[in-house]
Amino acid sequence: MADDVLFEFLHMEMVSHIYKDQASRGEMDKDRATCVSTLEGMGFRVGQGLIERFTKDSPSFKDDLDVMKFICKDFWINVFRKQIDNLRTNHQGTYVLQDNKFALLTQFSNGKQYLEEAPKYLAYSCGLVRGALSNLGMDCVVTAEVSLMPSCKFQVVIQKI
Amino acid sequence: MSRQSNRTTDSKKMNAELFTLTYGALVTQLCKDYENDEEVNKQLDKILSFTLQMDKVVLALSASDVSHQPTPHGGYNIGVRLIEDFLARSSVGRCQDFRETADVIAKVAFKMYLGITPSVTNWSPAGDEFSLILESNPLVDFVELPDNHSSLVYSNLLCGVLRGALEMVQMAVEVKFSQDTLRGDNVTEIRMKFIKRMEENLPAGDE
Repeated sequence: MADDVLFEFLHMEMVSHIYKDQASRGEMDKDRATCVSTLEGMGFRVGQGLIERFTKDSPSFKDDLDVMKFICKDFWINVFRKQIDNLRTNHQGTYVLQDNKFALLTQFSNGKQYLEEAPKYLAYSCGLVRGALSNLGMDCVVTAEVSLMPSCKFQVVIQKI
Repeated sequence: MSRQSNRTTDSKKMNAELFTLTYGALVTQLCKDYENDEEVNKQLDKILSFTLQMDKVVLALSASDVSHQPTPHGGYNIGVRLIEDFLARSSVGRCQDFRETADVIAKVAFKMYLGITPSVTNWSPAGDEFSLILESNPLVDFVELPDNHSSLVYSNLLCGVLRGALEMVQMAVEVKFSQDTLRGDNVTEIRMKFIKRMEENLPAGDE
């Protein structure tokens, strides 16, 4: 079946293409925000689709924490080939998922080099998580932060309407 | 957790689906960005000439002295990386001729990355052209082409890939789809034609 590496390459090229594309479309001051939201949007749709395929045969989740644990274990293993290393929550709708060796960042650097470039490569994954949670009934905002590669933290804040 | 059941066997399948879905999202985004299908086809080819490098092909052909300009960035980049990955994982040595190249592409590389083994058929009398017949195309697993995109070559990625790949081994080839299940044919057929052997180039430094 499709090798993991295929997805990694495709992802790299996707990010590079979106940025190059935006830059060459005349408006030089097209800011990163648009690129990031384009990537995040793509991740969102894919996340929605993936989670549907993945959980169609499983029983429903007990509560939000159960969902997050599922994301940390099964979902992460399937998409990024390992589990989340650390899950923290304030029990009031905010969760922080820490991955010490994030699959899409391992090829980058082992420290602080290229730190500014990292967010581009995390946008798609944030979208993936947001899409997955959205189809499980949880509307949320997902952001990512990196201080030392390849470790990164995803912050999920559940939107209570 | 009672959900553990058959996760590990599914994980390979999930990876394939992740790739397929991501590719679908990319194509959709491109369709939104560009006006017509021709442009999208070009972009796909450019971005995604991912290479299945077959290692240097030793052919008894007179080397041409055309200095070949490498194809622009995107596709080339994926290709170069993928080739290294391919070489690291497989122990394919030098291919002796185009036929062997075709076999390696079909049986080793396609199997390794996409999990399918296309058949190699329709050799031209001169032995420089052949077809890869794919019974199923994993890229189009959940895809239907709407009417207004009937000229979109959805899987153009594969053409760019193969073309870029073989360029890395100093073979210029022409790759195109002659049949596509998305457009109503029974199978997907990729036609590959050997153009010429290229001079060994210094690594491209012209980004």
